[in-house]
Amino acid sequence: MKTHSNEREISIRANQLTKQYGDFIAANAISFEVYQGEIFGFLGANGAGKTTAMRMLCGLSTPSSGSATIAGFDVYKQTEQIKENIGYMSQKFSLYEDLTVLENIRFYGGIYGLSRNELKEKSAALIDRLGLQGEAHKLVASLPLGWKQKLAFSVAVLHQPRIVFLDEPTGGVDPVTRRQFWDLIYQAAEQGVTIFVTTHYMDEAEYCNRISIMVDGRIAALDTPHNLKQQFQVGSMDEVFYHLAREAKRIES
Amino acid sequence: MRTILFLLQKEFRQIFRNKSIIAIIMVMPVVQLIIMPLAADYEVKNINLAVVDHDHSPYSRQLISKITASGYFRLTDYSASFKEAMQYIESDKADLILEIPHGFEKNLIRENEQQLFIAVNAINGTKANLGGAYISQIIRAFNQDIRIELVQPGRINPLPVVEITSSNWFNPLMNYRVFMVPGILAILVTMVGGFLTALNIVREKEVGTIEQINVTPIKKHHFILGKLIPFWILGNVVFSIGLLVSWLIYGIVPIGSLGVLYSFIAVYLLAVMGFGLLVSTFCETQQQAMFIMFFFMMVFILMGGLFTPIESMPDWARGVAAFNPVSYLISVMRLVILKGSGYREILPHLGIIACFAVVLNAWAILNYKKTS
Amino acid sequence: MTQFTTFIKKEFYHVLRDRKTLLILFGMPVVQILIFGFALTNEVKNSKIVIVDEAKDEASTEIIGKIEASRYFEIEKVVANRQQIETAFKEGKVKAAILFPANFSKDLQHQNKAQVQIIADATDPNNATALTNYLSSIVQDYQSELNQPQAVPYRIIPETRMLYNPQLKGAHNFVPGVMAMVLMLVCVMMTAISIVKEKETGTMEVLLVSPFKPVLVILSKAIPYLILSLFNVASILLLSVFVLDLPINGSLLLLLAESTLFIITCLTLGIFISIKTESQQTAMLISLMGMLLPTMLFSGFMFPIENMPMPLQVISNIIPAKWYYIIVKAVMIKGLGFEAIWKETLILLGITLFLFAISLKSFKIRLA
Repeated sequence: MKTHSNEREISIRANQLTKQYGDFIAANAISFEVYQGEIFGFLGANGAGKTTAMRMLCGLSTPSSGSATIAGFDVYKQTEQIKENIGYMSQKFSLYEDLTVLENIRFYGGIYGLSRNELKEKSAALIDRLGLQGEAHKLVASLPLGWKQKLAFSVAVLHQPRIVFLDEPTGGVDPVTRRQFWDLIYQAAEQGVTIFVTTHYMDEAEYCNRISIMVDGRIAALDTPHNLKQQFQVGSMDEVFYHLAREAKRIES
Repeated sequence: MRTILFLLQKEFRQIFRNKSIIAIIMVMPVVQLIIMPLAADYEVKNINLAVVDHDHSPYSRQLISKITASGYFRLTDYSASFKEAMQYIESDKADLILEIPHGFEKNLIRENEQQLFIAVNAINGTKANLGGAYISQIIRAFNQDIRIELVQPGRINPLPVVEITSSNWFNPLMNYRVFMVPGILAILVTMVGGFLTALNIVREKEVGTIEQINVTPIKKHHFILGKLIPFWILGNVVFSIGLLVSWLIYGIVPIGSLGVLYSFIAVYLLAVMGFGLLVSTFCETQQQAMFIMFFFMMVFILMGGLFTPIESMPDWARGVAAFNPVSYLISVMRLVILKGSGYREILPHLGIIACFAVVLNAWAILNYKKTS
Repeated sequence: MTQFTTFIKKEFYHVLRDRKTLLILFGMPVVQILIFGFALTNEVKNSKIVIVDEAKDEASTEIIGKIEASRYFEIEKVVANRQQIETAFKEGKVKAAILFPANFSKDLQHQNKAQVQIIADATDPNNATALTNYLSSIVQDYQSELNQPQAVPYRIIPETRMLYNPQLKGAHNFVPGVMAMVLMLVCVMMTAISIVKEKETGTMEVLLVSPFKPVLVILSKAIPYLILSLFNVASILLLSVFVLDLPINGSLLLLLAESTLFIITCLTLGIFISIKTESQQTAMLISLMGMLLPTMLFSGFMFPIENMPMPLQVISNIIPAKWYYIIVKAVMIKGLGFEAIWKETLILLGITLFLFAISLKSFKIRLA
């Protein structure tokens, strides 16, 4: 796994970012920086505030206070530019089940402004890469879960965004398929795409360059997996997480 | 601009793959247009009459045969007593009872005046009204016959008489179907435009694909246009199918110009879709959307003058009708199809519906926020 | 048994938390009663007419005065020539026209005969008939006033009594129909959708593999709507009695019992639909198109069944709402007892049992 310590360009910068719903503070003054090309894992238990944080960064939700820039664009005033420069894959995979593989690819590609030729080339390349030649004209609904996930990710990076946000992308599939999925993530990172991924699978934390762990709306830890394990004198990310999260007050989301 | 094309492509693909929508668009117009006019006949005929004749005189018999000969009434029974006749009313076998008192003929000649007793099942007010009116008419005519027969000529000075000629315009055959069909076309267009639009958007919300759209650079108005245009086209298609069916089955051909009709429909669809859009911004689930849309559609249709005239409604209801887009559509449908009204006559309606379209869509767009 | 109550509680939470739907569920009967009770009527009132007065003399003025005074009519305008009638009709502003030719009074005086022309917009035939009748009677009133001094011999005077509904209020006809419609809507549609939704989201499978009998699962979905519907029946009855002045002439208990039977019929129908469909959208469409529309049409409360062609009359027999409507009319409005409606009750019972049997069968087939 490459380290990107010589690329100091900052992809995402968050400063005291807060989201409050009435009395409830979902995300409490979180601050961090993500470097271009980095695979940044955003961990935490359910209800810790991961999804809230990510939605703010995507421009889906306006922060209550604090500041952030995504790909250099301000999160309050430049949401449209942010959207043009990011990719997104939600928990529900966001592909249209009643459209075919090819139709989904062409749709999202077209939305992000790819020209007709680019679309043709890229969709063919994508289908080849994923080995979906036989399924290109089948409805997405007929694909097994693992393939849907891989397809959704590929569609999310089709327009070569600077950053791609993945919200719990690997739920419900076997370890082999998960490994294949992460291969795709590595490939994208090698091309210079910043990957911001939320997950509660602690083994996936090992795949990231750096991770942050959210507990009760705050960032309780932020470092490479290696350093964190040393810091807590434990052998796995599971145990790191257990140390931090058992003090947590909020469980259910 | 390209985004809209992509959106439209996706929408149309999804629509044509959705069997239930296809079913609605093809089947519903036909079914509604065939069944509803057949069923929805307010004409009052075949009123069941129970007669209690205590007189059994030539006059009473003449009266009864005159009544049955009119065609409005069907003689259910000759009952021996009022009580017996009431049983027929209670079991819905008779709608009306005519009781002719004992000595009817004799007393009429001797005392110059005689009464007849009529009891009407008034649960259905219209039926009762018309039934009562018909039988009164026949009795009056019968009365006149007797008078002419009994009174010696010359004894009465000629009375000034106002002769009334009446004619029925636009529907001389008094065919109820003619009345119903334009209204049903209005319902069809409204349902396709309003319902399907609302359901479609809420479905994307429920499934989650709307969130994906929110993250992309697709602008608000592009997205909405991408939703409006396909259903706008569908609305026109349904209307055309409806017109075709009306012509094939009922021989109803619009007297007015098709251009006028389609222009109005074009604007109306925008208004009703705007409403569907608006509702969709308030709902999270399809169940909610459907239920709310159904509620409003029902109110709009009932109070739009489809079955009962708006003029007969109390003031508050007529106020509501002014804000009800469907009432304008029903009115224009009837005006153009049945009376041949043109642009000049329906301009006020068109203007108001255009306002609705602008206001509703603007409101919906404002509501539809990508960020919360 | 406690497990069953747990299920029912959960279902109640689902229903009660969906505020928007709840609002409509309870609000709808109220609104319908208001609309049907107060707004919808075929009675002729405030009808706009146009008068063509080519005579402008004593007689025409007097008749016009009578028309103005009548609550049936509103004079939209008085014009001088007949060409303008057509435009007035085409603008949709008037529903009838009455024409007085020139020399109207003079003809009456010297020739004892004058003509008046009534033109009605027959796009609504019943309305046209009514308007023509009312206008004619106003004219005839005037005529008999002219004839006052002479007594008319041999008068037959009909005395008419309106049974059950002396004031000819529409409520008597509509309220039973509204009850049928609302119950049908809530019980069939909501139950069907609620069950199908669990199928769609996959939670149904979870319930089916649990130790609970599937029958209990389904029943637990139906019960909240049963209770809700009883509330609706109560609210409709309360509204009818206190707002519409429509008393319950028969036994309240019998009415509630029959309503419960009808509710169960509709719930069973909803369950059957839910077993047969896979998506919420389909369930909705079937409930709406397949159930509500026929109920409205064939129950007999909006349109008289006896006017329909024979095949449609036959179809109306399988619509449960038709029988319920008859029962409610008989008990609530005519004040009759069980002896009058035992046949209809039996039919409803039969339909329910039939639906229950085929639901059970379909359900077992799915599981097998």
